Amino acid sequence: MSAWNKHQIFEKNSFVLLVGILVAVAIGGLVEIAPLFYLKSTIEKTEGMRPYTPLELAGRDIYVREGCYLCHSQMVRPMRDEIERYGHFSLAAESMYDRPFQWGSKRTGPDLARVGGKYSDDWHVEHLVNPRSLVPASIMPGYPFLAENRLETRDIKAHLEVNSIYGVPYTEAQIESAASDVLGQAMPDSDAAYEFEERWPTALIRDFDGNPKEVTEMDALVAYLQVLGTMVDFSIYDDAANAR
Amino acid sequence: MNETYSAFAGFAQTWGLIYFMIMFGIVLAYALWPKNRKKFDDAAQIPFRED
Amino acid sequence: MNQRGSPGDVRMVVPSLAPCMESNNWGAEMAHKKTGLVSLEEGGFAIFLVLLAFACIIVAGKTFDQVMAFHAGIGALFAAVSVFLIFKNFFDDGGQPIPAEIDGKPNYNLGPIKFGAIAAMFWGLAGFTVGLVIALQLAWPALNFDLPWTNFGRLRPLHTSAVIFAFGGNVLLATSMYVVQRTCRVRMPGKILPWFVMLGYNAFIVIAGTGYLLGATQGKEYAEPEWYADLWLTIVWVFYLFLFLGTLWKRKEPHIYVANWFYLAFIVTIAMLHVTNNLTIPVSIYSTKSYIVWSGVQDAMVQWWYGHNAVGFFLTAGFLAIMYYFIPKQADRPVYSYRLSIVHFWALIFIYIWAGPHHLHYTALPQWASTLGATFSIILWMPSWGGMINGLMTLSGAWDKLRTDPVLRMMVVSVAFYGMSTFEGPLMSLRSVNSLSHYTDWTIGHVHSGALGWVGYISFGAIYCLVPWLWNKKGLYSLKLVNWHFWLSTLGIVLYITAMWVSGIMQGLMWRAYDSLGFLEYSFVETVEAMHPFYIIRALGGALFVVGALIMAYNLWMTVRHGEAEEADTTPAGSLAPAE
Repeated sequence: MSAWNKHQIFEKNSFVLLVGILVAVAIGGLVEIAPLFYLKSTIEKTEGMRPYTPLELAGRDIYVREGCYLCHSQMVRPMRDEIERYGHFSLAAESMYDRPFQWGSKRTGPDLARVGGKYSDDWHVEHLVNPRSLVPASIMPGYPFLAENRLETRDIKAHLEVNSIYGVPYTEAQIESAASDVLGQAMPDSDAAYEFEERWPTALIRDFDGNPKEVTEMDALVAYLQVLGTMVDFSIYDDAANAR
Repeated sequence: MNETYSAFAGFAQTWGLIYFMIMFGIVLAYALWPKNRKKFDDAAQIPFRED
Repeated sequence: MNQRGSPGDVRMVVPSLAPCMESNNWGAEMAHKKTGLVSLEEGGFAIFLVLLAFACIIVAGKTFDQVMAFHAGIGALFAAVSVFLIFKNFFDDGGQPIPAEIDGKPNYNLGPIKFGAIAAMFWGLAGFTVGLVIALQLAWPALNFDLPWTNFGRLRPLHTSAVIFAFGGNVLLATSMYVVQRTCRVRMPGKILPWFVMLGYNAFIVIAGTGYLLGATQGKEYAEPEWYADLWLTIVWVFYLFLFLGTLWKRKEPHIYVANWFYLAFIVTIAMLHVTNNLTIPVSIYSTKSYIVWSGVQDAMVQWWYGHNAVGFFLTAGFLAIMYYFIPKQADRPVYSYRLSIVHFWALIFIYIWAGPHHLHYTALPQWASTLGATFSIILWMPSWGGMINGLMTLSGAWDKLRTDPVLRMMVVSVAFYGMSTFEGPLMSLRSVNSLSHYTDWTIGHVHSGALGWVGYISFGAIYCLVPWLWNKKGLYSLKLVNWHFWLSTLGIVLYITAMWVSGIMQGLMWRAYDSLGFLEYSFVETVEAMHPFYIIRALGGALFVVGALIMAYNLWMTVRHGEAEEADTTPAGSLAPAE
């Protein structure tokens, strides 16, 4: 009893083994991860990137919740076929406010990095409710419940606050009015919409789900899908200057 | 930007390589050291010591 | 060495109970129950769990998040039941310490290991079945039923977590507790501690799995559990590390057997990866939702550093430990080269940790990082094959056993699958190959040759060995059934991985095909249609694997219930009763 109480807490062999393992495994991660925070070239210089509006952020959380990333990537690679199929290859800057990143690892369905603006809101709603009504060979599950679920906005302000702790540049006004901005973005005829436009001049204001009575999860998800890949202005983006 | 990259690459290709060689050498020496042979042969029998 | 007590031997007096004399005579003391002493270990765990139960009740009462309310309720229930069990056990055995040795022989603690073996079989069946369901969903999407909790996006994390963390995790927990006690020839420390680790880990699985179905997920592959589940796992894992180290510290064998090196590397590295990849701030303590500290490209790097090393240290290092104990044991010969195993160990852990970024070729991650990852992936081939050779050559001179012993055959084939997938992996990490294979089913096929072939078979082998040892039976109920299990699942794996190779390469080629006019030849949905037959073949392969596992479960059940008992009196008396 005394033997182990006294000195074997730092029993030599197991201690050497433990430290050896820690040293061996810590170095690789440090060398690969740490430079990403210091090398300027990690994230390109772009025009147009802005944080997600409260409605888009809520939509993104639904995208995460339903596991969309398991079948859809959000990372167009710089190859001819991908650029022709999906658009300009993805930049690191375009996911700088993405927590978590949703680049994905599998394309059971097509890449969504630039899906914003490619289809109408109606198309998205119909496709999410019943994918095979629009794409007969699709193997995507249907999500009719999104159109029925009212969007939870009671703690939306706290969502923005946590992001702003990490340095996402939300203004104080944007955080304070988060809940009313959710309504404003999805109800174009309301007073809230007018105020929303002042705080978010570049965001879309539409009744995304075609149901004017309430703001549903469908509103949020479609708002998110419609902004994907549309923020950076590629007409003034300099590929050569950012080549890596 | 390219300078930072080549500085990193240069460091990795020289000191990084030497570091890995040394670590590998130490492990190899420990494993193959003649004096340790008996210890390791004995250790290989540990799963068979019943009680 | 004299008999050493466990760390829980420091005892404190509980005043409300009638004080009684301490006695060193364990047998006599058993007659008088209630010594009036609760050990620091029992008291500490009880207080911690009571506080936890209260915290859970408060959260459940104040939250408007229904998933959080449900999980806090489960947490409170589990904590309360655990406190009850601690005190029930205390009053049943009179709070006596369990002897570390009986008649000079180590009194191994087998209870939690039995629980782990049963849990592994249970979660394995559950995880394989969910895998079959989602395979069928990809062939026939109507099977999603358009409900939130049955759609593919929520079931796939349930499948991956159930097989990796629930099945694989319980196999690792159970075998590590067994191997470390046996090779140190000492009882693991603590009375509550081993049970806390085993049950706490399984509680984590229940919380994580129900969370996916209800929509609580971080959205990071293989790290989906939300912040509170992660926090709980961290606590359990720290106790697991101390349980493992504590056993090493008590050991009677001067040398630490190499299997324990692999287990220790698995435990320590998984702790590091888990904490780094799950650094989040919850929206509030009443919400299931949290936001990760890393964003975009940095999150991608951290995630795949975690993701690939979860493969390296959870699914490789941990199961190599099983290989280094169970194959020599079942073949009844020492490992081919102990020296090679030392080089294997250090080279493997040293190199593996660098390989992660090869998952991010051609993405927005700077190219130097993904190239570095690919370089190490190629180098990794050498230690991987060194380990494979070491495992296979252990059989040299005893190859005939493969004909007669289906359990050994299963483990040897698993090592062969290990060799195959560690050959395929570096190949797929090359930039040019990856440009074709990435985003396709080829990756899924590769993962499953490792998961079904290597991890699955070495685990099945270990459980087939463990069950007769733990329940004191002469052998398995039926070797013929093991044979059936082996051949059915082998056929299943072959169907699975060949279907995925063909569909993966085909889809990759179709995506980049151009017609004679220079336009993309296929729309995306045409490539989806082309996958249909292969998805059916894959589901068939999966079904065979599930059937094999069902046969195994039946075989093990019959072994425990009706197997012939070993006559030698090796029954470890005084161990805690398993929760059967």
